[in-house]
Amino acid sequence: MEPITRLEARAVPIDRPNVDTDQIVPARYLQKPRSAPFGDFLFRDLRFDADGSEKSGFVLNQPGYRGAKIVVAEENFGCGSSREHAVWALYDYGVRAVIAPSFGDIFASNSAKNGLLTVALPAGQVKAMIEALAAEPGLEVAVDLDAQTVSLPDGPAHRFEIDPYRKHLLLNGLDELGFTLSQLAQIEAFEKTYAG
Amino acid sequence: MEAVIATAKAAQTVQGPSTLFDKIWRTHLVLEREDGQALLYVDSHFLQDGSAPAFEMLRQRGLTPRLPERAFATPDHYVPTSGRDLALIADPEKRAMAEALESDAAAAGITFFGLDDPRQGIIHVVAPEQGMSRPGMLIVCGDSHTSTHGALGALAFGIGASEVAHVLATQTLWQRRPSTLRVTVDGRFGPGVSAKDLILALIAQISAAGATGCAVEYAGEAVEALSIEGRMTLCNMTIEAGGRAGMVAPDETTFAYLRGRPFAPDGAAWDRAVAAWQALKSDPGAVFDREVRLDAPAIEPMVTWGNSPEDALPITGVTPDPAAAATPERREAMERALAYMGLQAGQALTDVTVDRVFIGSCTNGRIEDLASAAAVVRGRKVAPGVEAWVTPGSGVVKAAAEALGLDQAFKAAGFQWREPGCSMCLGTNGDQVAPGQRCASTTNRNFVGRQGPGSRTHLMSPAMAAAAAVTGRLTDVRDLLGRDLPWKG
Ligand code: SF4
Repeated sequence: MEPITRLEARAVPIDRPNVDTDQIVPARYLQKPRSAPFGDFLFRDLRFDADGSEKSGFVLNQPGYRGAKIVVAEENFGCGSSREHAVWALYDYGVRAVIAPSFGDIFASNSAKNGLLTVALPAGQVKAMIEALAAEPGLEVAVDLDAQTVSLPDGPAHRFEIDPYRKHLLLNGLDELGFTLSQLAQIEAFEKTYAG
Repeated sequence: MEAVIATAKAAQTVQGPSTLFDKIWRTHLVLEREDGQALLYVDSHFLQDGSAPAFEMLRQRGLTPRLPERAFATPDHYVPTSGRDLALIADPEKRAMAEALESDAAAAGITFFGLDDPRQGIIHVVAPEQGMSRPGMLIVCGDSHTSTHGALGALAFGIGASEVAHVLATQTLWQRRPSTLRVTVDGRFGPGVSAKDLILALIAQISAAGATGCAVEYAGEAVEALSIEGRMTLCNMTIEAGGRAGMVAPDETTFAYLRGRPFAPDGAAWDRAVAAWQALKSDPGAVFDREVRLDAPAIEPMVTWGNSPEDALPITGVTPDPAAAATPERREAMERALAYMGLQAGQALTDVTVDRVFIGSCTNGRIEDLASAAAVVRGRKVAPGVEAWVTPGSGVVKAAAEALGLDQAFKAAGFQWREPGCSMCLGTNGDQVAPGQRCASTTNRNFVGRQGPGSRTHLMSPAMAAAAAVTGRLTDVRDLLGRDLPWKG
């Protein structure tokens, strides 16, 4: 898992709400091990026909958006199933940040554990960003985790909120389990008096 | 990071009335950080056959499950429903998922119900019926529909694979404190209306993101009157409203359901447990971050027409007209959904014909669900050209249904009577709706491709799915059963 600090990269607008994790990675890939090329499965049925040929109409297949590292989407991105594979697919494709007005809760939590930054911004700001990206494919979006801002070239810096702890993990490429294991004494102390 | 950690003790001093959610949250708080993240103690961790990546993560770090006695496992997503032999799973990778659960559970000493065990089934059906899900517990499972267990007065979260590994290794989980939402349902349902109709009506009203970040408590006369099965349907689909958890305060219905279940306490321990459970309700005057009210008598049998659970309408309605959408985005989403679903704007829902019917899943695969469907099916035949399935939620449900002769009613009508598992809810075991086929389904998600690539799903109650099976089209079950029959569920 790579640390994230500042990202200035090509962004793809996904202008639809409620993009569920079944769309991000269809269920037929869930039995694959983590080492499988999940980037190939990202948006599989939106990106490819059944015979494996690309659907030219899908935004990620268009020249200005191919290989984007940032996704800008509408509300409730990542809703549905708890599959962490959805995050793996985005991450393996190269995506490091998703910007949307809101996220599926479990998706957001899974993202933080896998080095994928989820940025929640007001719907109006996201909509303006989607329109700018649609008008000018290839536009780069800057995401600064340290300063907690997102901006378009020459645009205003929009500030976003993030849990300090989640930010700490992402900035340092750390995972949570190591930290919790360092608190094991506290867990044991809790268990001594726990009645349940 | 030490500086941002407060111990649970400091955080526990509370005054004033508490919600049910607050009470359970507090008793499970190990640590709290100043940013609001809390380390929670997990009473029970349920595992299914999607858990292989989590066990692999543990192995990579040289860790083993810390308290295997607090875990329980049964395979459901990949199991065949045509028979009870894992060899029936043709795909070696899928078979390996089901096999991995068995070997991972055995290696760790985790209680496991395999395919040869008559108690196997969908984890969210099995755990409650075994008495493993009880009031006041904090329950997690690597599956979003873990919210189901809140029907017993527990706080239950779905988690991702990294979190499954975290819970296995530490018996704890970091969570940001959700906000609270109370949904109060006044009055009683009319005939032909069940918990499924209520949850679809709620999601249609508040949207698929309407409860995002919320622990939802269901209350009110209609909820109190629901069986535990109905409450499970309600809590189950809370995730389709975006909710973190759904819950119902335990009451006499809960205690009666749990008494005598294999994993429930008995004797003096039972009496002590019930005494403690009585206190698990939101105090008068407890404040919720949000409140929503619904009127039960106004709810009609519901069906979905689109590709989000919020696309739900009373069966008496017509498909919406994108031209009337409030925003261009909404218009596009509606046009896309109508095209995918092969529907026209303004089409009467009862004119929509179906190819498949699926009765089952963790939403509606319990005995009461099967009984309500069988009541519609009895003395009728599956319409020509329709392939209809019943997949009981567990072996225990299957046996109970057979004892009541429900299997005979379904088979006589022309239904297939399958073995327990997730089956056509998600299709990962190969039970799929073919491209372009339309399915009346008692499941929880009508997403694009959910029941198989190109599949078209209409969500509804078991009684409504049974009505669709015998008529071959989406049908108001009240037209078959009458509008004044006493109605259970
Ligand atoms: S029945 Fe469907 S929703 Fe429930 S656990 Fe299985 S796949 Fe998930």
